[in-house]
Amino acid sequence: MGQHVITVIPAQIREGEPSCQECQVSCQSACKTSCTVGNQTCAGENGEGPA
Amino acid sequence: MLHRFQFGSFYLVLDVNSGALHRVSPVAWEILGSYPADEDAVVARHGVRFGADTVRAALGEIADAVRQGNLLAPPPPELSQGGLSFLRALCLHLAHACNMRCGYCFAGQGRYGGGPALMPRDVALRAVDFLLRHSGPHRHLDVDFFGGEPLLNPEVLKETVEYGLSRAQECGKRINFTVTTNGLLLDDRTIDFLNRRRITVIASLDGRRGIHDRWRRLADGGASYERVLPGILSLVRSRGGRNYYVRGTYTRQNLDFAADVRHMAELGIDRVSLEPVVAPPTVPYGLRASDLPAIREQYLEIAEFCYRRAREGRPFSFFHFELDVLHGPCLKKRVSGCGAGHAYLAVAPDGSLYPCHQFVGQPAFRLGSVWEDDFSLPPLGRQFKQLTIHAKAACRECWSKFLCSGGCHASNYALGGGLDRPWPLGCALTRIRLEAALYLQARLAEVPALLK
Repeated sequence: MGQHVITVIPAQIREGEPSCQECQVSCQSACKTSCTVGNQTCAGENGEGPA
Repeated sequence: MLHRFQFGSFYLVLDVNSGALHRVSPVAWEILGSYPADEDAVVARHGVRFGADTVRAALGEIADAVRQGNLLAPPPPELSQGGLSFLRALCLHLAHACNMRCGYCFAGQGRYGGGPALMPRDVALRAVDFLLRHSGPHRHLDVDFFGGEPLLNPEVLKETVEYGLSRAQECGKRINFTVTTNGLLLDDRTIDFLNRRRITVIASLDGRRGIHDRWRRLADGGASYERVLPGILSLVRSRGGRNYYVRGTYTRQNLDFAADVRHMAELGIDRVSLEPVVAPPTVPYGLRASDLPAIREQYLEIAEFCYRRAREGRPFSFFHFELDVLHGPCLKKRVSGCGAGHAYLAVAPDGSLYPCHQFVGQPAFRLGSVWEDDFSLPPLGRQFKQLTIHAKAACRECWSKFLCSGGCHASNYALGGGLDRPWPLGCALTRIRLEAALYLQARLAEVPALLK
């Protein structure tokens, strides 16, 4: 581990599949608590893409 | 594109385009303020203060992070928003009526500008069918019971759940139900039903008694804290730390709102959301830009509280800090946001459709009705679909765009001046919240076992 740059979260933004069947990213109920999309979880296989 | 910020004693850098977060040394922090740059020039600029060898070591680590794709990543592609729209969620307004009279209510005491109404059984069941019919390939669907106070219409709620579970199973899909309630009608029988059917509950409590009672009044004007607390705590105890949030609102009149979060924790509530009131600065309780430094201190305090609780082995979930750092949403979701108006619709008691619960009752935003057999998304719905971060000038150069997705359409419309104009104060609040959430991740990373 370096002393000057400690990576807390590695690169995570990835392209997804717009019609992913497994999508559970739901701000709709969460928005009753003022959702930010970033705190939603992708449920696709391995966290990416359609099942 | 980098966002450098300090929170607590930490120097942090978010690589906007990749989402990577780094805790950096003071010298790396300074270097990244004008990076990339010629190595000799960087050493000349910072060497006197930090020492030439230290500057070169920091430059080496920065270059490694760039090579690994964790710093200065190129912008992701701008994805098309074309194609078919499929529904993922509906918000059913079971009751345009409320047994409380909260002073800051956006819904006109639950009536949304109309008269009192309960959603009839046939509208609710039709809405479930409508969702299933228009959900295309999506297998995971959401139905949120909202109001007013949805528990004023308990039999329709229960019947809709049973019908929805059964119909979804027939269709090879799943529906997750949520109820948003003020807690007044959370008796043992209702809690038992909600638990048996695994219905997510969002119950409202603003925190300390005096803060809560200031705005959250009963229909007869009386205080509500004592009346809602038993049901909410009974629900919390029955949930084993899962599948609920107790949510509150803070206003300009409790800018020490970290005390309200601590109060709820002391009550045994371990899943809390406390969010800023959405109101113009012209009303006494509306937040103002001058309040932001005090608000930032409160979020720092809440982050430290979450950290302490994690260290003690008693995790405390503050909703806005719950970033999923490893399995977060895909780019498509990050740029397009909540889906209101095309993937998510609200259903008024008469079956009318609106982009989300906050637009209900505004004739200009009516999108149709669940009774339409050949429903297709009208131009207004397609307009909502195009409201990505790429369509909002204020978002293009903002570091939080892949985390906030351009903000709430309803807030933007009400206070920003247009659907594509983010509410500046709301943006500032979101950015503070996100910095605190990222700071907490960095804090937890000091003890790797605490990271999810």
